[in-house]
This record gives sequence, C-alpha cells and structure tokens, in this order.
Amino acid sequence: MEQATIGLSHYLMLSGILFTIGLFGVLTRRNAIAVLMSAELMFNAVNITLVAFSKFVTPAELTGQIIALFTIIVAAAEATGALAIVLLIYRRFRGINVDRINFMKW
Amino acid sequence: MSDIFLTNLTFYVLSFCVIAGGIFVVSSRNLFHSAVFLVFTLFAVAGIFVVLNAYLLAAVQVLIYVGAVAMLMIFGVMLTTQLTNVRLRHVNEQVLPALAVCLFFLGFLIYGLWDTPFEIARAAPPPDISYKIGTLLMTRYVLPFEVVSVLLLAALIGAVVIAKRDRS
Repeated sequence: MEQATIGLSHYLMLSGILFTIGLFGVLTRRNAIAVLMSAELMFNAVNITLVAFSKFVTPAELTGQIIALFTIIVAAAEATGALAIVLLIYRRFRGINVDRINFMKW
Repeated sequence: MSDIFLTNLTFYVLSFCVIAGGIFVVSSRNLFHSAVFLVFTLFAVAGIFVVLNAYLLAAVQVLIYVGAVAMLMIFGVMLTTQLTNVRLRHVNEQVLPALAVCLFFLGFLIYGLWDTPFEIARAAPPPDISYKIGTLLMTRYVLPFEVVSVLLLAALIGAVVIAKRDRS
C-alpha cells in the first residue's frame, strides 16, 4: 500500500502561495498597519521555505532552522520600529493611509 | 501506513488554514478582523513547523509572533483607528493590476519550482533537534546571535525614542 508522502515541493508550493498572498496585501492595502501584517505573511512564507529545505536537503546541519530563527527575531525588530514610525505618523497626520503620506516626495 | 496518512492529512488541513487565513488577512474590510486572522495564520504556520520536525521553531513562532508581534499589531490597530470609524476603506481600486502581478509571480514561482531537481537527503533528522540548535547557537553561530541581540536592543531603544511625545 503505497501512499504519496508530502515532499519538498508541497512545502515550496504552500510557501509560494502564502508569499503571493502577502505580496498582494502589500500592493493593495492602503492602511500602513495592514501593509505590515502582509509583510509578516511574507516573512512566514520565507520561514516555511527555510525550514522545509532544512528538513529535506540538509537534515543534519540544521542551518535553515537557525536562519529561520534569526529571521523571526529580525522580523520582530522590524515590527517594533515600523509600528513606532506608524504611531508617529498617525500623531502628526491623524491618519495612516499610505496614499496620503507623501511628504517625502519632491 | 496510517502514520503517513495522518501526516498528510495534518499538512493539508494546516495548509488550508494558512492559505485561508492569509486571504482573510489581506482582504478583510475590518482591520481588527485582519489582525485576528493574522494570529490564526501564525498559529497554523507553527503547526506546519511541527509537521516539519522543527519543534523549537514552532515554540518560538508561538511565543514571538503570536505573543509579541501580533499583539503589537493589535495595539497598533487600537491606537491608530478611531473605534467609531472602524470600517474604513482598506482595499483600493488597484486590485486587478495587483492581482495580475501576483498571479504572474506565482506562475513564475511554480514554473521554476515544479521540476527543479533538489538533492533530497535521505538521512534521518537527528532526534534531539532543539538541543543541537542550542549548541550551534552557542558555538558556531555565536557571532550572529550576539549581533541579533544588539539589533533587538537597538530596535527597542529606537522605538522608544521615535514614539516618545515631543515636549517642546
């Protein structure tokens, strides 16, 4: 009784779909916090890829899992800084619609 | 054989949760609902990590993403949205070009990934993965570990300085 196991390509497909969903959110969302959430989805897609490669290609070295760990930490730092900036922008402009924040445009 | 079946079933259920949650995150009209679905998606990704035998990463995912980042997002939503005016316009009219770009990108990815031969290693993963990751972090990867801790400290101080109210 042979049953198809879940291979590397399944995880890569899942990761690609999740990354595309996050890309769609970054492109279409107009609320700055929603853009940040979509970026978090993209980070997670990349982490799935890293862990899948770590399991299927280099199961003994665990390099992918360690890089994924660092990705999670850097994403946390990014979310902290970005939300502080969003709060500052909200305080100054009374809104965080990224269409209207164009004061750095010449 | 039922073991493999259970693993497959878990993978497909979790994938469905990840993809459906992600779609709700990017398409929900209410920003708070987006945040809640983000928590759901992050939990499902932690489940995917468990299926991939990355138990330490699953725990870190739940602790940092669900516990910290998603809560930070919810705080951000609460602090920047007028609660009487929750239903703002969130998705603008450029959905179709963005959809075209994304579908092109996804097709590109699938085309590239579909029959690329990766060197699948048949070796079994070590039984004590979390122990090995801890050891590696303290020996071989100790420099990036310290750098990333300095980065976290910098992000902490930077966030406080940026978000501090001007007293002038």
